[in-house]
Amino acid sequence: MAENTVLKLSGLSKRFGSVVANDDVSLTLVKGEVLALLGENGAGKTTLMNMLFGHYLPDAGTVEVADANGVLHALPLGHPQAALAAGIGMVHQHFALAENINALDNITLGSEPLRSLKRNRAAARAKIDGIIERSGLKAPLDVPVGQLSVGERQRVEILKALYRDARILVLDEPTAVLTPQEADTLFSNIRSMITDGLSVIFISHKLREVLEFSDRIAVLRHGRKVGEMATTDADEAKIARMMVGADTPKVARQEMSPGAPVLSLKNVSVSGRSQRETLDNVSLTVNANEILGVAGISGNGQAGLAQLIAGLVQPSSGTIAVDDEDIPKPTPSRMVQAGVGRIPEDRHHEGIVGAMSVAENMVIERLDDPDIQSLGLLRREAIADNAVKLAQAYDVRGPGVDASARLLSGGNIQKLILARVFERAPRLILANQPTRGLDMGAAATVGRRLLEARARGAGIVLISEDLDEILGLADRIAVIRDGHLTEAPTNNREQIGLMMAGAAA
Amino acid sequence: MMDLLNILLSESFWAASLRIATPLIFGVLGALICERSGVLNLGIEGIFVVGAMCGWMTVWLGSGLWGGVLVAACAGALFGLLHAILTVPLGLSQHVSGLGITLFATSVSYFTYRTALPNVSSPPRIEPFQALDIPVLSDLPFLGPVLFQQTALTWLALLMVLLVWYVLQRTALGVAIKAVGDNPDSVDAQGLSVYGLRIGAIVAGSALMALGGAFLTMSAFDAFFFGMVNGRGWVCIALVIFASWRPGKALFGALLFGAFDALQVRLQTEMGALVPGQIFLMAPYILSIIALVIAARSADYPRALLTPWFKGQR
Ligand SMILES: Nc1ncnc2c1ncn2[C@@H]1O[C@H](COP(=O)(O)OP(=O)(O)OP(=O)(O)O)[C@@H](O)[C@H]1O
Ligand SMILES: [Mg+2]
Repeated sequence: MAENTVLKLSGLSKRFGSVVANDDVSLTLVKGEVLALLGENGAGKTTLMNMLFGHYLPDAGTVEVADANGVLHALPLGHPQAALAAGIGMVHQHFALAENINALDNITLGSEPLRSLKRNRAAARAKIDGIIERSGLKAPLDVPVGQLSVGERQRVEILKALYRDARILVLDEPTAVLTPQEADTLFSNIRSMITDGLSVIFISHKLREVLEFSDRIAVLRHGRKVGEMATTDADEAKIARMMVGADTPKVARQEMSPGAPVLSLKNVSVSGRSQRETLDNVSLTVNANEILGVAGISGNGQAGLAQLIAGLVQPSSGTIAVDDEDIPKPTPSRMVQAGVGRIPEDRHHEGIVGAMSVAENMVIERLDDPDIQSLGLLRREAIADNAVKLAQAYDVRGPGVDASARLLSGGNIQKLILARVFERAPRLILANQPTRGLDMGAAATVGRRLLEARARGAGIVLISEDLDEILGLADRIAVIRDGHLTEAPTNNREQIGLMMAGAAA
Repeated sequence: MMDLLNILLSESFWAASLRIATPLIFGVLGALICERSGVLNLGIEGIFVVGAMCGWMTVWLGSGLWGGVLVAACAGALFGLLHAILTVPLGLSQHVSGLGITLFATSVSYFTYRTALPNVSSPPRIEPFQALDIPVLSDLPFLGPVLFQQTALTWLALLMVLLVWYVLQRTALGVAIKAVGDNPDSVDAQGLSVYGLRIGAIVAGSALMALGGAFLTMSAFDAFFFGMVNGRGWVCIALVIFASWRPGKALFGALLFGAFDALQVRLQTEMGALVPGQIFLMAPYILSIIALVIAARSADYPRALLTPWFKGQR
């Protein structure tokens, strides 16, 4: 057993200012095993893996990695170069790809000597083709990565690691942006690579895939390792208790009768630049006290619908009305004034301004509010008080309200956005993939907050790929496919699944 | 109208355009390399002055012409290194640092010149680069006088276009520079040094900028004057955007500007009686702004341009 250990982390600690991100964490990985690393948002999972890979220098602790013969060697810390050489490959939570060069160049980057005047592209391509063949990870190699879909980018990231002959693969939330089908393909690919001698650590918030694909589970809480178990001994409740330290309450949804229409789209078409942004003759109504769930495989027009409701695109035909008032030329500020609150899909880029503080991000949509600003001058104290209050109420954890928003973990960024949106008590809420990448507790909070807003009288458009989420929250369900929107029954999971796949129109 | 056509068809017009474009070619290429790695180098104007002064003074002190070119490049590289240290590992504002370098480099050059030559009224001359008279080729009609009677530095500039294109397009180093200007994390995650690549790019780019300056004192003219760079550095900063960060288009942009400027001089002599000369002096700049407005809309900026990157932070 012991000689099969390929990786040994001992006593790793890391703090950022006052935040203890990791505290004395030890972990081992056995050859050919899939270890799932779990924990709430901000528990320190990414930080731990970043220390392993050399992005962060630990404050204390050591890392040992087995060489090809199974002998453990200490890894020099703080150098990605050393980690790569030792056979560690990492797929980052936020892709580390250059978008202006193609996949082949991204994959070979750093493996060729920079001094040489010629590249051997043919040899590189042959090696990559071989890896694609063995692993089943297909991706176009010759177009700029900026043009690839997220699924393809994900595969390029894994190819990068395999190209460097990784024997240990770290995947940080690999499925957060993938469709369920893509996720299944990914895991079956990983399974086949395991038989080739790979060992895997993966981070995920989706317990279903953790239970299905991992061999062992390790749980972090507030930076400490609080438990480890074989997956065969685990179930959802047990894991959840270990992650949170208490039972998570189930979200209870009460029946309500819908009120007056809040949003109505009549025969709206949007001609987007791609299929994901295109809508074709869509009509829908969302009433007060009602959640409309929009189910569908991503890339079928959800982005177009979201941009339309946010005022980011103009409909090419049809009308859009909020609270029975026609909005002939929607713009983002016009929609915000009309009472639309928006939880965007890409929270890092469209949800926050990373370089601004948490407190500033919390008031960014109400700068005309006299509580926040008087005579054009910001009221710093009011902004800080507001931030402290909201951070408490919405459980935004991190290095404090004065720190840059980009320093928050992904889950906490989402809580910040929720706080900002819900505090304005919007009439209509557009929630696009609101629980993607969130831990169970935070996801439950999002659900609870959406239901609260609904009880208050808001209308909600909930766009999600997660059918469980939609079935649990929505009063009515519509399926989006190829830019068309079709009303679906609320209780028939199979039929919705078929409609999403386009089998029954 | 006839006059304009005559000008555009004349050999001397195109030879002048290429001559005027030469320092710009060096400058745009230098700025292009810096910006491709993600760092704006507004020190360019001052680095031109340094290159002009150092190149000239080295020759004046008795070195050969190529020795002067080498010293100019090294001096430019040195100021580039200063800019690189301030903006890359220290992550200071690239605008502020760049403008600071321009002021600093310009005054150091003037100071050195004045200290070395306290009492001269007319600047001492050197024997500058002569036109490379390539037998046979320079006798070709039209092409001969335009291309084959330029000085060695113009040829060096054209060679540099090819070289920069080749490096960016065909070598691992070029791929790494493009990647670090788009997303430094991509480079870091592959075990390359973000700092190393950026510092290297800025130093190399600054050396090229200095060659643009050296051309002025060692080829276009034969002495060093105060104010002789006259905004050429700033023109290069605009031309990079016009060129959308591509070496081939950079050459085209520099030639276009050179042609505007050559045309302006000729029109001024022809029509100077009708229109004040200043209008003609302005023309190349106005035309460049118009060209820039058209081209900049479709320009694809290096995504990480102006954003500092720090190891071990998000
Ligand atoms: N570079 C940094 N500077 C300051 N604070 C940081 C930095 N990196 C991480 N943190 C903080 O450390 C804590 C742990 O963050 P980490 O990203 O490791 O969480 P995580 O478990 O991966 O969460 P998620 O599931 O949301 O991705 C968070 O409170 C985060 O704000
Ligand atoms: Mg994380």
